[in-house]
Amino acid sequence: MTAVYNDLLFEISRPGRKGYSLPESSVEKTALTDVLPEHLIREEAAELPELSELQVMRHYTGLSNKNFGIETGFYPLGSCTMKYNPKVNEDIARYSGFAQIHPFQPAKTAQGALELMYRLEENLKEVTGMDAISLQPAAGAQGEWAGLLIFKAYHEANGEGEQRRKILVPDSAHGTNPASAVVAGYDVVEIKSNEQGRVGIDALKAAVGPDTAGLMLTNPNTLGLFEVDIVEIAEIVHEAGGLLYYDGANANAILGKSTPGEMGFDVVHLNLHKSFSTPHGGGGPGSGPIGVKDYLKAFMPSPRIEKEGDTYRVTTDHPQSIGRVKGYFGNFGVNVRAYAYIRSMGAEGLQQVSEDAVLHANYLKARLEPYYDTPYSSHCKHEFVLSGVRQKKLGVRTLDIAKRLLDYGFYAPTVYFPLIVEECLMIEPTETEAKEQLDAFADAMIEIAEDAEKNPDTVTGAPFTKAVKRLDEVTAARKPVVTYQRS
Amino acid sequence: MTDKTKLYFTEEHEWVELINDDYVRVGISDYAVEQLGDIVFVELPELSTELEAEDEFATVESVKSTSEIYSPVKGTVSKVNSDLEDEPEKLNEAPFGEGWLIEIQSSEPVDVSGLMDASAYDEYVSGL
Repeated sequence: MTAVYNDLLFEISRPGRKGYSLPESSVEKTALTDVLPEHLIREEAAELPELSELQVMRHYTGLSNKNFGIETGFYPLGSCTMKYNPKVNEDIARYSGFAQIHPFQPAKTAQGALELMYRLEENLKEVTGMDAISLQPAAGAQGEWAGLLIFKAYHEANGEGEQRRKILVPDSAHGTNPASAVVAGYDVVEIKSNEQGRVGIDALKAAVGPDTAGLMLTNPNTLGLFEVDIVEIAEIVHEAGGLLYYDGANANAILGKSTPGEMGFDVVHLNLHKSFSTPHGGGGPGSGPIGVKDYLKAFMPSPRIEKEGDTYRVTTDHPQSIGRVKGYFGNFGVNVRAYAYIRSMGAEGLQQVSEDAVLHANYLKARLEPYYDTPYSSHCKHEFVLSGVRQKKLGVRTLDIAKRLLDYGFYAPTVYFPLIVEECLMIEPTETEAKEQLDAFADAMIEIAEDAEKNPDTVTGAPFTKAVKRLDEVTAARKPVVTYQRS
Repeated sequence: MTDKTKLYFTEEHEWVELINDDYVRVGISDYAVEQLGDIVFVELPELSTELEAEDEFATVESVKSTSEIYSPVKGTVSKVNSDLEDEPEKLNEAPFGEGWLIEIQSSEPVDVSGLMDASAYDEYVSGL
């Protein structure tokens, strides 16, 4: 029987098969009992799969071919900015001067790496309108947490640490916002969105007070809408003595057009792995630098990179700092990609990124509007939401629409988020797609909407063409089996 | 199964059943359950937890999302429906019956005047 490459390594294993050939050891053999206590010696041999090199190669090539990524096809996953990351940035991150250094080697032997970090910080100051940047946080949620610790340090320094216990978060926020606030030790207060899908000014005014530590906001928000009242929002929070945190997950919409600094935010994070050229989504490292205004600089994470003349130093003497939030200097390789991306795009290029991202989202929205409900009719920024309520009445749920898209070769958009939109689909096409690609996606969505009316089975039964069909998510969640069991 | 018409509802889709003047059972509505979809996990409070009105007391997780449940009344948690830990599907099957969440002992008669009765609630839901 031919081995099928859907099988697990253990299933194609045969006793005695080997993928290696080693000479006899020239080192004298030592009995395990001479070097290990008896209770640490296993009684049975470890069960390791026994395979030829070719079998292993086909197994993993087979797995990688089943993977779907931005290099395979269109990936309109709202809020995740799954755009193409130019390969030149990968090349640069692999330069031996960046890839082969050690964080503990003396600073004078790693000046190039320190200079890159310093320059990246300078560039990100410009992108965010902030006065200082720390590259330490490993990704967005850690940036949020670090930013909130800075809020806390600031309020404590003003003698208001005990009093200011509450973080305000809109009901459309990314789930990480309230989660980070709780991890930072704060109580979360939800602010209801108004009918236009934006922060309700009256709801905000009613919520702020002497117990407000701050507000966390994404702008544009998760509905893809710009918070047009942001200046007034910032005034309300600042007048109450609170600070504003900018969740930079949607930064792809504002590059070179506006900055969180100008909008009145005090602390910001960027997701370099979303907006600045690092492949993500597979659990690989991210980078979530934070930026702050002058009056919060003292609380920034330590160590920091400082420039003296032509020399770059790593400094650790920062008594008011919230401390180290990540080992070494953050995820350095991601920061190299971001720097290479910023320098290759230039200021004009980054502005074009946002213009194209917004144009693409509005084009798709306009094409899909006749076929799906659009809860918010105004122009969007880099992403938009549709509601599958019309299809739900025909017995086709948003989850079915998402699954059907897989048959067309597309990744599905984010579904059922933000929570304030019923049967929500959240679509972010990004700036790197060609018009033909956007049209192919729109055509598929339109065909699915028509099928929902005429042939609902083709939607509710999807996917039909994938290796794995509809999964039983309910049983998987209610009665999870998380270990592999040999039959 | 509890008769829906004897229950009082909040805008956040919790229901309250007055068992005594100062003792209530609390759950979430059929509409809430329908919106959540298949419920896969219910986290309930410890017995004797003191709740203020509008305090978050439980978390209901479905395949779609996770929702916080808020207490419609002030009082002490005197019973929790621990069957839901192993059989969260009961909440989908009978939100007004076996899918109840907790019972609360209040120190004073519970005031339901701020809540909706079943017909007002149905009307409220139809406008959503």
